Amino acid sequence: MPKYLLLKHYSGGPEPHHPFPPMDQWAPEDVEAHFAFLRQVKELLQENGEYVDGQALTPAQTWVRYGGPDAAPVTTDGPLPETSDLVAGWYMVDVDSRERAIEIAAYISSEPGPGGGPLHEWIDVREVMSGKSSSED
Amino acid sequence: MAGEPISAWDEGELRALVPRVLAGLVRRGEQFEAAEDALQEALLEALRVWPEQPPRDPPAWLTTVAIRRLVDARRSEIARHRREEEAEAEPRPETAEQEPGDDTLFLLFRCCHPALAPASQIALTLRAVGGLTTREIADAFYVPEATMAQRISRAKRTLRGRRLDRPGDLAVVLRVLYLVYTSGHAGRVDLAREAIRLARQLTLATAEPEARGLLALMLLNHARLPARVDAEGRLVTLDRQDRGLWDRGEIAEGVRVLQSALALQTAARPPGRYQLEAAIAALHDDAASAGETDWPQILAWYDDLVALTDDPVRDDPAAVLGRAVAAGHVHGAGAGLRESERLREMLGERHRWHAVRGHLHELSGDLPAAATAYAEAARRATNIAERDHLVRQAARARASQVAGAT
Repeated sequence: MPKYLLLKHYSGGPEPHHPFPPMDQWAPEDVEAHFAFLRQVKELLQENGEYVDGQALTPAQTWVRYGGPDAAPVTTDGPLPETSDLVAGWYMVDVDSRERAIEIAAYISSEPGPGGGPLHEWIDVREVMSGKSSSED
Repeated sequence: MAGEPISAWDEGELRALVPRVLAGLVRRGEQFEAAEDALQEALLEALRVWPEQPPRDPPAWLTTVAIRRLVDARRSEIARHRREEEAEAEPRPETAEQEPGDDTLFLLFRCCHPALAPASQIALTLRAVGGLTTREIADAFYVPEATMAQRISRAKRTLRGRRLDRPGDLAVVLRVLYLVYTSGHAGRVDLAREAIRLARQLTLATAEPEARGLLALMLLNHARLPARVDAEGRLVTLDRQDRGLWDRGEIAEGVRVLQSALALQTAARPPGRYQLEAAIAALHDDAASAGETDWPQILAWYDDLVALTDDPVRDDPAAVLGRAVAAGHVHGAGAGLRESERLREMLGERHRWHAVRGHLHELSGDLPAAATAYAEAARRATNIAERDHLVRQAARARASQVAGAT
């Protein structure tokens, strides 16, 4: 069965469905509703036997590269331009089909935003490559 | 292990008892779902106890322990009902289903019920027929144990109360076993080997030629497994495999099983898809070198395969793609490429289509086109080993094109 990573982004991706302020400016009850929905998504996936993993990332981003044989690693921190891709977290699911992964992603995207209406957030759906060697040529 | 007493029971023997014991419990009137849980517990206990105290009658031992669990479960269930002051009487176990035929077949029909999604059919089959633990199945599919446990209990809930349609759908059973086979190998369990074991049990339970066809296909394919990956873990394609590494025993058995299936064909019942695919695999296995492959005969089998469906491009594109390769070898790469062109709409986003195009371009000597097609294939691969292989193919085609030009 294929696995998919359903990525949520802090920034990046296609033009948003509608503009919305960052979460820290939402009404407290809207923030609560949002988190409750995401918990419920996890429970639903677990109940379905589709859940593999779910994680959230802090927005602080550090870029690192090899500095050379006797040099320290080279690092550079954000902030980066608003438009750059910044992953916020993910669900990993193990599902029967790509269609099912897209269905789940669309459901996640219906998460409540400020005022309680659906956020229509873009979800980045990526198939996880299988590491197993197949038994057929 | 040296120095240790060899236990009289290995796990394989233990798991081979599962269908018989489970079917026996169900025939006694136990609910399938509860019986399956109870047997799982009995198996775990057997693994713990038997090395020290091997039982005299293993199936009877498992049955007794499982029944004890069922009785315990029922008692606590009744107690719970009493606590809830429900007026309902103790639920009667459902009457034994009329089940002609073999235990294995009976259970496979149950686990591969068409109401279940493929992932659930596979999980339930591996547990209730294969005797694997939830943990082992979870490891084999790289999902958390809780996820697999949930998948299995949901599947059982779906089946609860459903009468088993008779006869069960053998085509679904065959497809599920083939899916298990292609799921490959991860964790402690070799699913390909497990699928072969289950298919072998199935051929003992039914005379249906397609069941034999499936077993033959698996054996003839599995025989090449030792040559399919080199020492560095790189994929080796059929034309470059060291044929000395192929498992001659498995090939011989596969051919024997296939012949016994084909012998049952009549004008009214021509060979089905698994027999045809097995026949193609047998021809590959039979060639002493890639150059000696009997492509015209392979093409003839592919003709039969694509004739099984009314609209093969839509209904069985994989067969049409395989036929394109064979056509390329028989009638020239151009013919193969033209044949594959018909699949552009159906398979144009799948890596295998591009990989085949790369192979055919290479066959025609068009290395730049081959390199491009391999690169397109690599971009779409969903398996790491295949992706790496396709990247190498692309690089190799590009490099020899440069070398050829200078």
